[in-house]
Amino acid sequence: MNVIIISLIVLGVTGLVAAVLLYIIAQKFKVEEDPRIDQVQEVLPGANCGGCGFAGCRALSEACVKATSLEGLFCPVGGAETMAKVGDILGLAPVATEPKVAVVRCNGTCEARPRTSEYNGARSCQIMHNLYVGETACPFGCLGCGDCVAACNFGALSMDPETGLPVVDEEKCTSCGQCVKACPRNIIELRKKGPKSRRMVVMCVNKDKGAPARKACLNACIGCGKCQTVCAFDAITVENNLAYIDYNKCRLCRKCEDACPTHAIHAVHFPPRKPAEEQPVTETGKEAQA
Amino acid sequence: MNTFKIGGVHPQDNKRYSAHQQIVTCPLPEKAIIPLIQHIGAPAQPIVEKGEKVRVGQLIAKAGGFVSANIHAPFSGTITKIDTTVDAWGARVPAIFMDVEGDLWEEDIDRTTAVVRESQMEPKEIIDRITAAGIVGLGGACFPTHVKLLPPPGKKAEMLIINGVECEPYLTCDHQLMLEHGEEIIIGIQLLMRALGIKRAVIGIEKNKPDAIARMQALCSRILGVSVIPLNMKYPQGGEKQLIDACIGRQVPSGALPIEVGAVVDNVATVYAVYEAVQKRKPLISRVITITGKSVAKPGNYEVRFGTPLADVVALAGGIPEDTGKIIGGGPMMGRAMNSLDMPANKRVSGLLFLPEKESRRIEPENCIRCGKCVSACPMGLEPYLLSRQSELQMWDEMKQHSVMDCIECGCCQFTCPSHRPLLDYVRMGKAKVGGILRARAAAAKVAAEAAAAKNNQ
Amino acid sequence: MKLIVSAAPHAHSGDSVRRNMLLVIAALMPAYAVSVAAFGWGAIITAAISIVACVGFEWLIAKFILKQTPTIGDCSAILTGLLLAFNLPCNLSWWIVVIGALVAIGVGKMTFGGLGQNPFNPALVGRVFLLISFPVQMTTWPRPLGFQTQYLDAITAATPLAHMKQIMKGDSLLIDQLPSLWDSFVGVIGGSLGEVCAIALLIGGLGLIATRVITWHIPVSILATMAIFAWLTTPTGMCGHEYVLYTLLTGGAILGAFFMATDYVTSPMTNCGKLIFGVCIGLIVMVIRTWGAYPEGMSFAILIMNACVPLLNKIRPKRFGESKK
Repeated sequence: MNVIIISLIVLGVTGLVAAVLLYIIAQKFKVEEDPRIDQVQEVLPGANCGGCGFAGCRALSEACVKATSLEGLFCPVGGAETMAKVGDILGLAPVATEPKVAVVRCNGTCEARPRTSEYNGARSCQIMHNLYVGETACPFGCLGCGDCVAACNFGALSMDPETGLPVVDEEKCTSCGQCVKACPRNIIELRKKGPKSRRMVVMCVNKDKGAPARKACLNACIGCGKCQTVCAFDAITVENNLAYIDYNKCRLCRKCEDACPTHAIHAVHFPPRKPAEEQPVTETGKEAQA
Repeated sequence: MNTFKIGGVHPQDNKRYSAHQQIVTCPLPEKAIIPLIQHIGAPAQPIVEKGEKVRVGQLIAKAGGFVSANIHAPFSGTITKIDTTVDAWGARVPAIFMDVEGDLWEEDIDRTTAVVRESQMEPKEIIDRITAAGIVGLGGACFPTHVKLLPPPGKKAEMLIINGVECEPYLTCDHQLMLEHGEEIIIGIQLLMRALGIKRAVIGIEKNKPDAIARMQALCSRILGVSVIPLNMKYPQGGEKQLIDACIGRQVPSGALPIEVGAVVDNVATVYAVYEAVQKRKPLISRVITITGKSVAKPGNYEVRFGTPLADVVALAGGIPEDTGKIIGGGPMMGRAMNSLDMPANKRVSGLLFLPEKESRRIEPENCIRCGKCVSACPMGLEPYLLSRQSELQMWDEMKQHSVMDCIECGCCQFTCPSHRPLLDYVRMGKAKVGGILRARAAAAKVAAEAAAAKNNQ
Repeated sequence: MKLIVSAAPHAHSGDSVRRNMLLVIAALMPAYAVSVAAFGWGAIITAAISIVACVGFEWLIAKFILKQTPTIGDCSAILTGLLLAFNLPCNLSWWIVVIGALVAIGVGKMTFGGLGQNPFNPALVGRVFLLISFPVQMTTWPRPLGFQTQYLDAITAATPLAHMKQIMKGDSLLIDQLPSLWDSFVGVIGGSLGEVCAIALLIGGLGLIATRVITWHIPVSILATMAIFAWLTTPTGMCGHEYVLYTLLTGGAILGAFFMATDYVTSPMTNCGKLIFGVCIGLIVMVIRTWGAYPEGMSFAILIMNACVPLLNKIRPKRFGESKK
């Protein structure tokens, strides 16, 4: 009996002393922090993807609390909804930002871009890019090792085994921009999602002159400038033999798509055209190829 | 002593295919492309125009900075255009295109084979001639030679070390050069010694070349201060830092240049080029390259002028073997696998190695079994297994702490890995990334310092 | 023609995981042959069960639990099975061996992700599990009487190590019962399956060093530490050198030093780390042998030091050009 009582007392006292010590230490080393940082962090998605340009959700919360306006602070993952909540907590007006989505600007499929060599090293685009031009003759196009797929924290990217190119799942894409950073060839761009996800994109980043670009890839932009001429809204610029569509100016008229001899301009998520209209388009395409 | 102390591996040397093959001079092509980047540093600036007639040895592109090198016309003929060409790795490089017409040389070049021994030139004059001749290190790095001969203030060269090691398997061009032009090399060494104002020079040669050791020993026995050091075989003995360690037992500290321990290292081929430039006024317009491989019909050593299409040289050696899977510019340990053979010979290519297809593919990597063989093999005392893992995980700061910038990319780790892991692939990528980050930080610090200085001045 | 492109180096030493594993297995063969001659079918059956169970469990776990491609082709499971058998008495019931194999492969190796990921030597994990779970079965060794055709040969014999323990406690009468030094070196002594013949193990171990599968650092540092420790703690009634030799030649010292402690995955990377690793193992073995409850402490010592390997891997190798200060 005595033993039990003694052990109970000893344990009890030890526990008490430890508890007091812990309390004192916790008080002494307490870090004073704005409680709103925690509140803001609470409403953020917590993926720590770095898409906002900060080291993680915590860093963004700190920045938001310090800031006097939410200009330039945006969580691409949570979107406008989350930023509205953040604004509520801090008493700041949220800044409207258009939803964006990652776009892979390369259409160098296996058929369009003949393989000229066989890469046999570590499966990493960055390593391959540092080493040489890649398995095809296009020094700008997708290397197909999937660095972007590995970088995506949301499972929104996958490699299409048929084309050898990455595919973006627009439902899952949060436009955090990790893939943009991971791609050594800067193929992926965050573009405005567009009304009903409809948008026009130049699916090529080849800056070579027409002949070598075309030789390397049938789907390459050859910088002919036809799209620029046909565009009524001044949305297309051709620089370094490469067309670029400014998504803020584009009105989705699809004239450039028809004008492009190599079908490098893609219209995404448009309803299918009527067969009667489609016929002549494919024919001009064939002529251009021949 | 007689070899470097840390790490190293023993690959099969495979030099028997092309060893002791007399140097064959490659015939002139009809058209030539002369790339303007044949060295480390800024590209050379063309000083000729389209349609201009040039003679062999005429300066056609000037060095684009201090660390850069002149380029001379290797052929006589007409410049057809100045444009870009695609090199064997798919990169675009500026180049001069020309049609070859006849073989008309600049008049002051001594084209005889007679050995010119006497020289009373001042050090400055020697260095000027080397600079003018566009000589770069022909061992592989292509660092402009004149930069090495002008030590930074406060540093004094004490010892000239000549690299006759040729530790890369398969390659034999330096070996053959020592056998055929040993005397010229010795004169070149004396010229470099005078240029540097030093009294001692050693020639490091690996023991798998006993005839070259004997020949060079016989030649330098009468010459004060020059001696041959036979070295035990071990790769990468031809690495600058390893060679200094092997020859004079001094280790160059991390991040420093050989001059830190008083050494200047030059390759035998470079020394031969120095001799030709100084004594015969012949600029660097050609070099000896090894064409080799197990199935090559006529493996051997060929003297080619820069700009000759490599395909022409290969045709001379019996064409591309049918079973070829990989063509390597250089040796199998550090050479670069080429995308195609559509490239002109240049200062950088020391050989072409044709690997049969069955030897061309890597074996599928397995898990790291932490055997530590890469650590024992690393000649720089690094931990490749750790660096490659850190690189995969993008831990750049940790890589920097583990001295990734000391890596010489010799490939010993990957060569020795029983799990066939692509260690060097990842380490090399990490090194490039860390290098970029460090340069960016240095630039940012410089800008900040300048801004602070400007503020203070106000 | 489509050329193959990869980064340098384009050559490889030809070394492989499989080659290393097979060489270790080959190096164990002389000792195994002696065991078979000494114990007969018992040695063959125990080893066969252990190997088959280890390979089988690895395949099953990789295929159905981890959903990986099984990597039994690298022969590491065979080696684990063989090493486990080497640490068992040869009259052990088959089901105990199977349990040992399951723990070795299942707990010791595959839970961590397979070859290369395990912090502890799998064979020793299995062995120690059995030693704690089945102490009686694991410490009654059959007498090595020559090739026996019966499997369960129940005549047991105290090992020389058990005698030594008593001698250390002051029972100097038992000195006479020790086998002669010559016998313990070339002859056959009682013990686990793999421990019976020191010279056969030594031949295998030296072979491994000669073929550069292992380096000398770990075995030499372990054995040297044990020898020095034994020399300093020689009990009364024995010569120092005699006691040192008994220490080294009996029990699992040589097996552990050459084959168990040198396991790639669970030993340090750098030579300096290896030396520290070996010295610590030697010390712990001798502490357990001298003062501990068990007559032999090799397995425990190696497992304890396995846990320290990540720490020892923090020791950097000497960098090129680093000043000698």
